[in-house]
Amino acid sequence: MSEFEAHISPIVLLDLSLLTMLLIVAFAMLRSRHLFAVVMLSGIYSLLSAAFFVSLDAVDVAFTEAAVGAGISTVLMLGGMLLTVRREKPAAKGRAPVALAVVLATGAALLYATIDMPAFGDPNAPANDAVGQRYVEETPNDIAVPNIVTAVLASYRGFDTLGETMVIFTAGIAVILLLGAGSGRGGRKVADREASDHDASNREAK
Amino acid sequence: MTMFVVATTAIVIAMVLALIRAIAGPSLYDRVLAGNSFGTKTVLLIGLMGFLTGRPDFLDIALLYALINFTGTLAILRFFSYRKPSTAPAEPRRNVDPPQKEGAA
Repeated sequence: MSEFEAHISPIVLLDLSLLTMLLIVAFAMLRSRHLFAVVMLSGIYSLLSAAFFVSLDAVDVAFTEAAVGAGISTVLMLGGMLLTVRREKPAAKGRAPVALAVVLATGAALLYATIDMPAFGDPNAPANDAVGQRYVEETPNDIAVPNIVTAVLASYRGFDTLGETMVIFTAGIAVILLLGAGSGRGGRKVADREASDHDASNREAK
Repeated sequence: MTMFVVATTAIVIAMVLALIRAIAGPSLYDRVLAGNSFGTKTVLLIGLMGFLTGRPDFLDIALLYALINFTGTLAILRFFSYRKPSTAPAEPRRNVDPPQKEGAA
């Protein structure tokens, strides 16, 4: 087994197993009507894709995926589940063929568009123009960060990233002000739950 | 190198097992535990990936994932303190009903 893996390169096998697990999780999320299970599976999906991004050397994307996908959006979806039901209603059957046709047409168009893309690692591709060349050559001397994408994001374009962070921070503050802090636990829902709990405990006592 | 390959294989198998529990798991707590242990396996896998490719610089990311995983599990468990799981209201009723019948009899 280990000799077999040593021939193929273990990283390729690892990528294959990660992608297989991604597929399994995606189909399980489609099949499940239990919303809490779907939320947990989407967290697992984000962790898997983040691991896959690390394997592709896209460290910054992996950071974002882990923080946003596995961290924040799981919490947000659970907060949304507080306000709605636990089980998804069965989908209406009538529109399924139309939706399938739209998805297949879009996918075919995207696949057709990939034919125009430059070959992988092509030195004449637009992405490998003069600027990229300079970053690749100068990053070890300028900054000595092992990952060049991280160097571009956090150092060469540091002010740009700072501005983006400020925009997101402002948006977050605005949303908190609009919703009112702690509105997730306030309101009638919690009071209703406590009342029904009291009823249940009273019935148990009786 | 062989040792890292074997360890990675073992962790991938453990991830598949946690995945099965997350998909099949009958109760909510099975799924919370599966998600948490899947996050731990991802941390270990990223650490091992760095050593497999000969660049252990990525251990920092594994540390960040461990932090996110911890915070996420705490948030999910807070969710249970806001609202009881859907199985919980059903169980007391089943326990309560027979005594009422006895009282009526």
